[in-house]
Parts: sequence; C-alpha cells; structure tokens
Amino acid sequence: MTIDYDAKMPETQNGTEVYNTDPLIVKSSYEIDYIHSYAQDSEFFRALGKKKLMGSKCKSCGYVYATPRGHCMICGAETEWHQLPNEGRIHTFTTCYFGSEKFLPETPFNLIMVEFEGVDSLFMARLIGASLEDLKIGMKVRARFKRNLTFSPTDVYFVPQKE
Amino acid sequence: MKNGGRDVYMVSGGVTKFTKSNPAMDFRLRTKKAFDYALNDIGISVKDIDGSVASYFSDHFQRQLMSGIMAQDYLALTPKPSKRVEGGGATGGLAFQTGVEEVASGRMDVCAVYGFETMSHVNTWKGNEFIALASDTNFDYPVGGFYTGYYAMMAVRHMHEYGTTVEQLAKVSVKNHGNALHNPYSQSPMKITVEDVRNSTMVSYPLTRLDVCTMSDGAAVAILASEEKAFEMSDHPVKITGIGTGTDTMRLSDRPFLKVPLLPNEKESDYKNLKYPGVHSFRAGRSAAIEAYRNAGITDPLEEIDAVELHDAYTSSEIQTYEDLGLCKYGEGGHFVEEGKADLNGKVSVNPSGGLLASGHPVGATGIMQSVFMFWQLQHSIKKHFKDDALQVKNAKRGLIHSHAGTGTYVTVSIMEAVK
Ligand SMILES: [Zn+2]
Repeated sequence: MTIDYDAKMPETQNGTEVYNTDPLIVKSSYEIDYIHSYAQDSEFFRALGKKKLMGSKCKSCGYVYATPRGHCMICGAETEWHQLPNEGRIHTFTTCYFGSEKFLPETPFNLIMVEFEGVDSLFMARLIGASLEDLKIGMKVRARFKRNLTFSPTDVYFVPQKE
Repeated sequence: MKNGGRDVYMVSGGVTKFTKSNPAMDFRLRTKKAFDYALNDIGISVKDIDGSVASYFSDHFQRQLMSGIMAQDYLALTPKPSKRVEGGGATGGLAFQTGVEEVASGRMDVCAVYGFETMSHVNTWKGNEFIALASDTNFDYPVGGFYTGYYAMMAVRHMHEYGTTVEQLAKVSVKNHGNALHNPYSQSPMKITVEDVRNSTMVSYPLTRLDVCTMSDGAAVAILASEEKAFEMSDHPVKITGIGTGTDTMRLSDRPFLKVPLLPNEKESDYKNLKYPGVHSFRAGRSAAIEAYRNAGITDPLEEIDAVELHDAYTSSEIQTYEDLGLCKYGEGGHFVEEGKADLNGKVSVNPSGGLLASGHPVGATGIMQSVFMFWQLQHSIKKHFKDDALQVKNAKRGLIHSHAGTGTYVTVSIMEAVK
C-alpha cells in the first residue's frame, strides 16, 4: 500500500467538438450493435429466400394475418404459418420524399399497404416500378424477392402487375 | 356513472413557451419554470404537493435514462412518491389520467403531473428515426421508418373512403396556425392560406410540411387536487368529470375491418357499408371517447362540448379524430372543418391554442399542455395567461382533451368542466 500524493491522470488529445460556448454545447456520440432476434417471427424472414410470403392463420378462430404474428389478436390462440398469394392489391399508398435519417438516402420511395384475397389483414411494403401519379387504390401488385437476402422485411417488395 | 373514486379537480397549470430549440435551459429547468408558474398562480408551495407523475416519451432524445427522477429531484419533490408514465404520443394524456387516479384513489390529495421533452439534442431526421422506432421494428420500421409516411397512407385511404380533399386537410393547418397567432406560448404562429399549405414542400403525399407538426423543446405542469383541497387552494377549480383510454394494435397492418362501436347519438344504419377501423380511423380514439362520455354523462358530444384540444400531429389526424370523438359522423370530418364548425367561434372550438401543429409537440409535455390550455379556457383566464383574450372561447363550460400515440395505439380522452 503506497499513497501517491502526486497522482496525475494522463493527458489525451481527444478533445471534444464544441458547437457553442454559451450555453456550452458539445458533440456526444452513441453507437450500438444490437443482437436482434426475430424469435417466433424468424420463419417469415427465412421464407423470403424461397420466394415465399408467409403470413399466419389462427388455429382457433381461423383469422388470417398478412403480417405474421405468433398469437391471434382476436382470440389469443396460437397461429400457424400460412403462405400468402404472391399477388394482391393496393389498399393504400404514399410516396415519402423525406424519411428518418437511416432511410433519407432511399427517398423518394413508395410505401403501400397490400390486401390479399382471402386474407383478413394487410401487409406494408415498398413498391417500385410506378410513380405517385400511377398509384391507385385497388391496383394489382406482385411480390418480388431479393436474391441476396438482408433478412429485413424489405427482402420482399412489390411491383405493378397487369390485370 | 363516473369513473369511480373521489372527485378530482385541476387547480393550476403552467407551460413553457415551446421552441424548436432552447439550449439555454435543460428539461429540469424548463419543468421547474412551468411548475413554479403553476404554484405561484394560486399561491401554494412545493410543501402542498403530495406526490407526482412524470411524463416523457423517449430516452433516446437526451440519452439520459431516469429523467423523471431528475425532474422530481430538481423540483424539490423528493422523497415524495412519483412514477414515470410512458405511452408514445399519448404519454402526456396517460400521465394526466394517472394523476387523476392518484387523487381519485385517495392516495394523494394534491398531485403534480409534469411533462417534458427535449428533442433538439438530435437533428430532425434522426428525431424522426427515434419516433419511427415506436413502430414494430421487425416489420414496420425497416420498411417505412417514417411516421409521416404511415399517416399519409391513412389520409389517402380516408380520402378514398369519404372523398376528403387535400384542401380540407389544409384548412386544419390554416385554422390551427392562425389560432396560434394569439397564443404567446406557441412555437409556430402563422397567417397562411390553403394555397400556402399545398405549395409547401411535400413530405409524404398528400401531407406537406405545413400538414405536419414540428419537433419541440418544452415542459408543462398540471396540479390536480381532491375536492376539499381544490376549493381551499383555488376560487376557480375545474372538475375532471370523465376519463377514457383506448388501445389498438401496434401495427397499422393488423387493424381489423369490423363494425363501428357506436356513440349514444349514432345508429348502426349510419354506417351500413363501413368497414372499421381499417386504416382510415382510430378505434382507440373511439373507445376512449365512449368511456369518457359514459363517465361524464355526455350523450351528444357536439351539443355538449364547448372546446376541444386534440392531438393534431397531422392535419389529417385532426379530421380523423373529429369523427372518432363523434363531433360529426364518420366520413363528415372534411366537411366539418371546411364549414368552419371547428373554428375558434365555430360550433365547437377545436384546438383554439393552435394544437400540436402550431403550439409545438414536445411529446411528454404535449398532453399536459392541452390540459393547461383547457383549464385556462374553462376558468375564463386566457386573457390573464396569454395577455390577450382573442382565444377565449365564449361561455366555455365543458372541454375535452385528447392525446394520441403511434398509429393510434394508445388514445386518451379526458373531460374537464367549469364548476362556477
Ligand atoms: Zn383467433
């Protein structure tokens, strides 16, 4: 045990970026990599690699979900995987000219909600191959799948489909 | 038919001026300013407060966890009871109702509900990213990642279902920015026209920059009290006569297509072919209204409510909300604003303060700001607090405040009434 009465922190040249001094405003950075599990939704993302769009169907009440979920929102029972048709229709749409910082480089992009025959709920997706003026509610659209997966729901996207 | 428990009154309130950025004060000092304004207005001190509820939305904006206790500490309220309440955009409304419950239950005689948000620590597009994290991160965030995009899709469907026009949306913006000209606390007072709104930068079709609220720094405080304490502390307390809360699925894509839950003044035949809520309406807003109206004994909202402060994060959501609250039938929202029924001196004054569009939207403070502005309306003290009585709703006796989260996931409706 020795006490050092002259103990001294080493100096660094890190410094801090300063935007203003009154009040004092400095740059503070934060970055993190998450270990994100898709858990019970995993099959949806794997199936996109086989060009399959998987929704789910309630084993008890039969409600069919375009966007899968492990348990039913109506009755609480467990669901099973249920393959969706590759074609559907636009339920609603928009074109985003701005977005979150992460997606700003992708703007403008079309967002649509897709309705499928015999399916009770909707699916949100990007649509390419048409501009805002071409988009109509009820328009027929077709799912396409990326070959090189990113394991994101954007591995499936939609394009217009001839009637 | 009331909510149960003891009667609860609002006795005072305070709000800071909402701004895009005010780095000279942090959230603690801003909350302190609003808190001291509320205490001083009725000449009470921090000793009179039994406990509190803290309201703020996102830990991401400040990268500070437990901001609630930091405000509690700064307000000299430790070691009194407190908790944080969070529910996205409805955080303020939920916290306000939690304060009502604290007093109604008898746990506290006087409860301070304070809310704040400091959104200026990140740029607007990073802020939008944080807000978008309040959508399902497996299925929604990676695809859309932008709340204005989600609301734009709802607006497009509303236009399709009912023939609502972009000009009707713009009317909401003109009205709310115009009202704010007389509200010294507001962030974006503006005298604008429908053309200005339509010619403004398109953000997400059909919503332009002037159809969308802004990011803000701000704080607001509401003081709630039991009947005995209320009349001891204030000559003009305002009674909270009913609260209601509704919820809906996190994902917009999961919204079902069912029948409309009816208000007392509606019939099933009003909505024969309507599939509800779909993505054009907010079932949580309707559920919240049904519960609050039942508790407050309201059977004909348009006739029985004098003023409304509702969550107009988007012009389209104000129109959707008229319908959820039963101020008009589903499908009539566009005409409702177009005919001037929501104007300051219209059939029911909607967002006389300027709403979120013009007052600003520092999320955790917003729902509490609404309660403060409504409290002053019902006290007929707008002139005292705004130094201008242009926004005082004549003969205002009963008001409704409405707070709303996500794509309509949590919605609160609270009814406030003047007692003299
Ligand atoms: Zn089921």
